[in-house]
Amino acid sequence: MDPSPETLLDLHRRMVRIRHFEEAAGRLAEQNRLPGFLHLYVGEEAVAAGVCANLDDDDQISSTHRGHGHLVAKGGDYGAMMAELMGNATGYCGGKGGSMHICDLDLGMLGANGIVGGGVPIAVGAGFANKYRGSDRVSVVFFGDGASNIGAFHEAANMAAALSLPVLFVCENNEYGEFTPRDRTMAITDVVDRAAGYGMPGAIVDGMDVVAVWEAANEAVSRARRGEGPSFIEAKTYRFYNHHGVQTLGMKYRSDDELEQWKQRDPIELFEDRLAAAGVLDADGAQAVHAAAEADIEAAIAFAEESPLPDPDSLLVDVYTQAAYSGATA
Amino acid sequence: MTPPTDTEERRIAYGAAFTEGLAQMMAADPTVFVAGEDVGRAGGVCGSFRGLNDRFGDMRVVDTPISEQAIVGLGTGAAVSGLRPVVDLMFMDFILVAMDQIVNQAAKLKYMFGGKATLPMTITTSAGAGLSAAAQHSQSLEAMLCHIPGLKVVMPSNPYDAKGLLISCIRDDNPTVFVKHKRLLGLKGEVPEDPYEVPLGAASTVRSGDDVTVVTYGRMVHEATSAANALASEGIECDVIDLRTLQPLDMDTVIQSAQRTSRVAVVHEAVRFGGLGGEIASQIAEEAFDYLDAPIERVGAPFSPVPFSPALEKEWVPNAEMIGERIRALAAA
Repeated sequence: MDPSPETLLDLHRRMVRIRHFEEAAGRLAEQNRLPGFLHLYVGEEAVAAGVCANLDDDDQISSTHRGHGHLVAKGGDYGAMMAELMGNATGYCGGKGGSMHICDLDLGMLGANGIVGGGVPIAVGAGFANKYRGSDRVSVVFFGDGASNIGAFHEAANMAAALSLPVLFVCENNEYGEFTPRDRTMAITDVVDRAAGYGMPGAIVDGMDVVAVWEAANEAVSRARRGEGPSFIEAKTYRFYNHHGVQTLGMKYRSDDELEQWKQRDPIELFEDRLAAAGVLDADGAQAVHAAAEADIEAAIAFAEESPLPDPDSLLVDVYTQAAYSGATA
Repeated sequence: MTPPTDTEERRIAYGAAFTEGLAQMMAADPTVFVAGEDVGRAGGVCGSFRGLNDRFGDMRVVDTPISEQAIVGLGTGAAVSGLRPVVDLMFMDFILVAMDQIVNQAAKLKYMFGGKATLPMTITTSAGAGLSAAAQHSQSLEAMLCHIPGLKVVMPSNPYDAKGLLISCIRDDNPTVFVKHKRLLGLKGEVPEDPYEVPLGAASTVRSGDDVTVVTYGRMVHEATSAANALASEGIECDVIDLRTLQPLDMDTVIQSAQRTSRVAVVHEAVRFGGLGGEIASQIAEEAFDYLDAPIERVGAPFSPVPFSPALEKEWVPNAEMIGERIRALAAA
C-alpha cells in the first residue's frame, strides 16, 4: 500500500518534531540545564515516525532508554516532555521519572525504560490484554540490536508467538549496543534472523527511509489487527550522537568517517528531497514545518522553565495506589 | 468435599482455599485471569489451579512457556492495560529469574510514571523447605521482596487466611506477592464459602500470654505455637503473633505486645542473616527499647543453602524444639 500525500506530510511532520525536540534537549544538556542521563534519538527518526503513523492513541508502544522520539511520534506533548526532562512538577511524570521513564498512558506510550529489553515483555502483556478483550488494538515493542541479546527479549518474543498475540517487534539496529559494535556481540548480521526461530515473519527495512518503514509497519500492523499474530521488523539505522550526551565526532569506538557516511543519508533530508521531487512539499513548505516545530519547542522550554519544582511533600506519594477495589470494570 | 450446612463449620485444605478464592474472583470479575507454567490443563504442579481451565477456558487460565520474565511482563503489561492478572511463578526460587520485571518494572511503574499507572497484579508462588526439594526449590526469599518499595507481600499460615489474603491481593491495585508454603497445602481449617477479605497489613494474635512475644509468619506459626503450648506447662506464657502480611508490616500489634511482655523472639524459616527478623527487631528496639528486659531473639535457618538429605534438612529448618529452647532461654534472661 502506498502512503497518501497526507500520510507523507504526516510522516515528515513527525520526524521534524522529533529532530527539533532532540536537538533542543541536546543544547540544554550542553548548557547543564538538564539533570541526569540523555540518550538522543537523532538519526533514527524515520523508525518511530514510520511505525507510529500506523497507530492510533489506543494502540500501545513500549520504548527504550532512547525513548523521546517514540513519544513525540506517538503525539507526545513537548511541554510536558521538556518539563519532565528538567525534573519539574508539570512534567509527564511529575518529575519522578525523567528521560528514561517518560510516558503518556493516554497515548498508549507505556514508558521509556532504563533497563535494556525491559519494555519488551510489558508490550507483550499489553498485546495480551488487547487479544483478551477481543479488540483489534495492537502493541509495538521498540528495542535495539543490543536488547536482542537479553533474555527478556527472547522470552517475550517466544511467548508472543506461542500465544499468537497482536504485537509488532521493531528492532532499531543502530549497529552499537552502547559503545560496542554489533559484530562483537552477535554472530549474525541481521537481527531479524532471530524472528524465524520464534515462528514469526520478519522483514528488513532501510531505517533511514521513512516510507519503507511505514510500508513494512503498515503490513505488520494490519496483520496483527486481523488476528494473525506477531511480526518482526528490523530497521537498519544509526544514531548521530553518542550513546548518551551530545558528542558526535572523535569517539574511539566508531570512526568519524562512518558517522559522516550515515549522515549523508539523514532520514529527514532524504525524505525532503523525495517530497520535493514528488511535488508534495517544496523547500519553503518544509521550512515552514521546521519553523513551526522550532516555535513549539521554544514555547515548551519556556513553559518547562517557568514550571514549579516538585513539592518535597510529593516524595512518598504514589509509591502505592491507595484506591479501594471498586468491583469488576471490564 | 461435602457441602457445608448452616450449623456445621466447613473445613477445607489451604490449597483448596486458595483455589476457591481465585475461582470466586474470576467468576466475579471478568478482568481477572491467571497465567503461568502448568496452570492450565495440568491445574498447577501442586493442584492449586485445578479445574479452572475447564471452567474459564484457555484465555483466562493461560499455560505459558517456562519464561518467568515474560510471565511477569505479561502481567505487568496487561495490568497497566486495565486487566487484573494473577501470574504464577510456581516456586519462590523462580522469582529470581524474573527479578528485573518484578523489581525494576512492576514495583516502580506507578511511581516512575508520576502516579499515572495502576498495577493490580498478583504474583503467586510457593516457598518453603521440608520436602527434600534441595537448594533451588525450597527457599524463603520474602525479605528480598519486602525491601522493594512498591510491592506488597503476604505469607498466609492457614486456610482461612490463604483465601482471604488472596482475595485482598487480587482486589488490591498494587503489585502483590502471595507466598504459599508448600508444606501447608494439605492443612485443613475452617473456611467460609462466601468470598471475604483478610485485610493487608493486619497481623493476628493466635495465642495470648504475658511473658514472651513471639513474632512469626507462614509455616513457622505452627512450630512457634507448638513450642508456646509446650512452654505453658513450664509456666512460660507466650503471645504468638502471625504477621500474615510482611509488607506492609503491622508493627503496631508487635510493639503493643512487646511493651506488655518485655521479651521478644522473631521466628522465620528464612535464613536468619538479613532476614525480616532483623528489621522487626530493629523497629522494636527503636520504638520500645525502654520496655525490653532482654535482647531480642531471632530464630531462623542457618547461613547455608537448603540441603537435600532429610537428615540435613531437618537440622536446617527451625522446629518447635529449637524455637522452644530459644524462648526458654529468653524467658530466663
